[in-house]
Amino acid sequence: MISESLSGKRIAITGSTGFLGTAIVEKLLRSIPDCELILIVRPGRRGASHRVAREILRNDAFDRLKADLGSEAFEEMTDKRITAIGGDVSVDGLGLDKQGLAELSTCDIFIHSAASVSFDSPLDQAVEINLLGPVRIAETLKNLQVAPHLVAVSTCYVAGSRRGSAPEEPINESHFYVNVDWRTEVETARRIRMDTESNSRTPEKLLEFRREAEEELGAVGTPALAEKTEQLRTRWVDDRMAEAGVSRASSLGFPDAYAYTKALGEVALAETADSIPMSIVRPAIIEAAVAEPSPGWIRGFRMAEPIIISYARGLLEEFPGIPEGVIDVIPVDLVVSAICAVAARGPIEGSDIIQVASGSSNPLRYGRLVDLVRAWFTENPIYDEYGQPISVPEWSFPGRGRVKKQLERASTMLNRAEKIVGALPVRGRQAEMGARLAERSEQIERAASYVELYGAYAECEAVYELDRLMELWSSLNAEDQQAFCFDPAIVDWDSHIPNVWMPSVVKAGRVPMKPPSKNGESRPERLRRQILSPDRHLAAFDLENTLIASNVVASYAWLASRRLSPRDRLRFVTKTLLEAPTLLALDRKDRSDFLRYFYRRYEGAPVDQIAEDSAEKFSELILAKSFPAAIRRVREHKALGHRTVLITGALDFIVEPFRPLFDDIVCAELGQSNGTYTGEMTAVPPTGEARYQALYDYAQKHGLDLRESIAYADSASDLPMLEAVGFPVAVNPETRLAAIARKRGWLVEDFQKSPGTNRRLLPLAPQQNLNSRQRSAVMP
Amino acid sequence: MKNEKNLAPRPGFVLDVDRTSPPVLFHHGDTFKLEKLPAGRSRVIYPPEPLEGLRDPDSAIRHALENPIGESEPLSALLRPDMKLTIAFDDISLPLPPMRRPDIRQRIIEAVLDLAAEAGVDDVHLIAALAIHRRMTEDELRHAVGDRVYDAFAPSGRLYNHDAEDPEGMVVLGETPHGEDVQFSRRAAESDLVVYVNINLVSMDGGHKSTATGLSGYTGLRHHHNVHTMRNSTSFMDQENSELHASNWRMGKVIRDAGVKIFQIETTVNNNTFGRSGPLAVLQKREWEWSARDRASFVAMQKGLNVMPPSARRQIFNSWEAPYEMTSVQAGEVEAVHKVTTENVYQQQIVEVEGQTDILTMGLPYISPYNVNSVMNPILVMCLGLGYFFNMYRGKPLVREGGVVIMSHPTPWEFHSVHHPSYIDFFEQVLADTTDPIEIERKYEKQFAEDEWYIHLYRNSYAYHGVHPFYMWYWGSHALEHLGRVIIVGGDSSAVQRLGFQSASTLSDAFEMASDVVGPQPTITHMKNPPIFLADVK
Repeated sequence: MISESLSGKRIAITGSTGFLGTAIVEKLLRSIPDCELILIVRPGRRGASHRVAREILRNDAFDRLKADLGSEAFEEMTDKRITAIGGDVSVDGLGLDKQGLAELSTCDIFIHSAASVSFDSPLDQAVEINLLGPVRIAETLKNLQVAPHLVAVSTCYVAGSRRGSAPEEPINESHFYVNVDWRTEVETARRIRMDTESNSRTPEKLLEFRREAEEELGAVGTPALAEKTEQLRTRWVDDRMAEAGVSRASSLGFPDAYAYTKALGEVALAETADSIPMSIVRPAIIEAAVAEPSPGWIRGFRMAEPIIISYARGLLEEFPGIPEGVIDVIPVDLVVSAICAVAARGPIEGSDIIQVASGSSNPLRYGRLVDLVRAWFTENPIYDEYGQPISVPEWSFPGRGRVKKQLERASTMLNRAEKIVGALPVRGRQAEMGARLAERSEQIERAASYVELYGAYAECEAVYELDRLMELWSSLNAEDQQAFCFDPAIVDWDSHIPNVWMPSVVKAGRVPMKPPSKNGESRPERLRRQILSPDRHLAAFDLENTLIASNVVASYAWLASRRLSPRDRLRFVTKTLLEAPTLLALDRKDRSDFLRYFYRRYEGAPVDQIAEDSAEKFSELILAKSFPAAIRRVREHKALGHRTVLITGALDFIVEPFRPLFDDIVCAELGQSNGTYTGEMTAVPPTGEARYQALYDYAQKHGLDLRESIAYADSASDLPMLEAVGFPVAVNPETRLAAIARKRGWLVEDFQKSPGTNRRLLPLAPQQNLNSRQRSAVMP
Repeated sequence: MKNEKNLAPRPGFVLDVDRTSPPVLFHHGDTFKLEKLPAGRSRVIYPPEPLEGLRDPDSAIRHALENPIGESEPLSALLRPDMKLTIAFDDISLPLPPMRRPDIRQRIIEAVLDLAAEAGVDDVHLIAALAIHRRMTEDELRHAVGDRVYDAFAPSGRLYNHDAEDPEGMVVLGETPHGEDVQFSRRAAESDLVVYVNINLVSMDGGHKSTATGLSGYTGLRHHHNVHTMRNSTSFMDQENSELHASNWRMGKVIRDAGVKIFQIETTVNNNTFGRSGPLAVLQKREWEWSARDRASFVAMQKGLNVMPPSARRQIFNSWEAPYEMTSVQAGEVEAVHKVTTENVYQQQIVEVEGQTDILTMGLPYISPYNVNSVMNPILVMCLGLGYFFNMYRGKPLVREGGVVIMSHPTPWEFHSVHHPSYIDFFEQVLADTTDPIEIERKYEKQFAEDEWYIHLYRNSYAYHGVHPFYMWYWGSHALEHLGRVIIVGGDSSAVQRLGFQSASTLSDAFEMASDVVGPQPTITHMKNPPIFLADVK
């Protein structure tokens, strides 16, 4: 009897926060009444116990137990039976402290299920966890001078990409094994990491990252750019390391770094285990449960799910594979039961390797799987953002190369379109289109990466033998076979896939399975309601392209031309237009540098006259180009009792007439001397991160909570301000901000000028009546 | 044709449409349409032809100033060196369209200022009596008073726009027996003499309304600019039956009793809106009298307009200045003067019409009193059709109770963001909620009227007051109550829907839609306006 032999045992488990690990913990707590569990988890910031409580015991896997016991008794039971200790298999000595070591020394069984399962994890990370993890466990146990039964979870795919039968034997005994020294592999992986880190820090590379960051964010200011640059650098290093993993794996005949490091892990463990009795369990692709803890239970978004969802979204029009090929999928509860049976049976003489797979006794053909999935999504379609059902494509099972090419082509085209749209000076709805393109191309890229990563699995033609598994199965009595079922033949794919698996896939993927209801409020409506709630504190507004379709250049042009003769006006227009590209480039690079440079033009301008002209300019230029809906929004905020503040790099005399609209205005100011402007700003203008700072200071000063505040802005250079508040709103966003807003689900408002307004390239003041007024040369 | 000008002007005319009648010209915003009306049951009302203008307006003005009507001394006798003199004048909403230079106001103000200078009056202020209309721009003021007057007074701050929201600049003079507050410009109230310079385009203008409304503000206006008054003014163009008129006259008495001395100068113009010759002359000719040249010029004009972008069309029409001629000038005591003025207006505008009609059609032009140099937004379309045109009657409305008005206008969803900011919000927020004038008045008027931002824009920019769109809507409330249905032909259907009206793409569709309300074979009357006329319905 399994429960009897495991009863009263202390069982150490790694990887209990993962998919398989959680299921093991649940099964042991539920089916073996008085065993005790030592869970080794990475402590994180708040400690191991906290993670166990939050990340394991709160999972819906335990719903059944909680329902059976009542939540109080459940808590009592878990408190009594679970010991959480902080540790990490990627660190020598498992990173255990004294107490942890003491706990570990009391265990009778050690189930190692921690792994870096991501197929594209960086090479060195996969090596540290998958290859060295088991070795470190063995070493630690030997140091403690204990010898519990070590049950290590591996994978069927350690057999590598090959055709035909793969027996349950150590891989280095296989005819196909390419003999490499695992210690050399470890060292090289670490060296590649060092080299890649160095390469990423060359001046050329750093400059490249910086440029990329600027391209993505624009003139957001140094801190934000630095953060982005570093993010891009680490991502680059990780990508290189992932590439290194894939290429090293395939050079040795493995589908990916996961299988490759797992394989060497087995070899290394066999070599270093010495006195530690060990068993290796090799599952195939673990997927949703058949029955336990509940039908269809799954944790996280795993290997097949993203592919299936991409397919259902119509993104994967083809996926490589052979229709009659076998997809070796095994439900998680079968794997858990097999592990329990192995642990209960205890160690045996000689190598003990058990494969848990469905391919040999109950094969699921690839063609069949596709048919079932297609039929299911035809009946239960996913809905797109417009509320239309997406029809799923029919696959023709081409080779991997062809699919990849097809996706690459789509991706290149989208990228090109995205580049073009991104380079256009578009805003609002057109920019939304750019954002949609960006999203689409990201999805395509992800789909391509699935083909890259998982294609090998769909094309794998190895058959995993189950002799030892079935031997173990037949040794169980009927009761155990009932309670710890791991016979792959019991899965009825034709009913399991549509009735159990697919519903859990769409649930895990959180995809819309019904059109958005017409009566219910749409997402923007909901966001708008949240924004216009009396609970909010503060509404901050940018000026240009948020409230008005104008900018500092236009204001200057208007003021400067107001008192010019026709001939001078012409000269002025020509000069300004010729200068436009330089100004634009400067503005893109750094907003405050641009303002500093541009505002010098006001040097020597008489203060009185500017004040007088500004009043006219407000009507002629600013109001004429204002967005009535935006101004209405400011007023709505005010009426709700929110504080309203305008934060802009425009000059005080330009924004002065807006004063009654806002509680406060934070803007740039020019110095004065002898009744004229000096052309130099008195303080750093509120742009980029300075704008965030201004908002932050303002909120502090007035005791307002930024999380309860709203910010309206139009450009990615306003990101620091938008990110600082709880309710960011992108107004007529340019492409970069449109993409960001879409990704993060921010409210996007399309505020327009009042229809019927004229458009002019460069706004000049209407000609003054010259015989009546003194014309004076105002500005250079 | 050569001696056209020497022919005596013909009175207005009602044409019964038969099968031989040519299609009728409909104004349609800044374009035109030729429409065939059903024979046998349609009629077209044509305005009287323009009366002759005064041969020497300037001497007529001088004569009027020295020979006042009613209880008044001649102007020169009222002027003293140490006095405070205020000259108030009508704003940009008169006349329509703006007239060619020299504007009547300029002629009169120059004459008054000459007398004031002779009398040695130093303290003179000139105020554009715009109540809660938008401020006039420098160009517009120059056009009205002339460059000489502008340059002499504006730079020193003695020529300016009335500011009804200046807390220092307004006073309440008292209350009428009906409990109406009489709010007035402080400068005018404290002057020894107020000279009012009026251009009387329609019979609603002038009299006590010049000052009681023109120099007032929301506190005073709300007593007569409301749904109740408008529904009880049938029509507000008919002084005998106008509650609006009565209220202004009550206020005029309070102003007089408060010791404000007003010397009223009123003028009338003929209806020579589009000229007896020139590019637009065809618009004031009767269709069956069009010459081959008229037809050709009309076709060319229509073709040209149709290919132009709307903003270019707007610019062309906004630059049109009417060759109006002064037909009379009278000065002195307000009520006596206004009696004469009204007679002169009637002489030009009255057309006798026999009986009411089931369907009244009107082609709305590009201009209304509130979009000079601006955009004719949907609310102004409503106000022009149901406020002004509908009320151009004496006796009974042209259309029977429960009848249908069909207006032709493109009604674009367009607004002037400087001139009409509160209109935009009125359209987007108020009309989206309700189109019922009573409900609108009750729920929204105060909020818009007292809004700080609108007041700021009214005082410092060129915006109509926040409450102004409400008045536009009230102006149409008598018609809304009277009519069974309102249809707009050729309008932007979403804008028309927002107004609460029905949208038809052609006139015959509109007739079809109207038959639900007035039955088959209804009688139809078309107002061929502008030029303006006043229907005397028997």
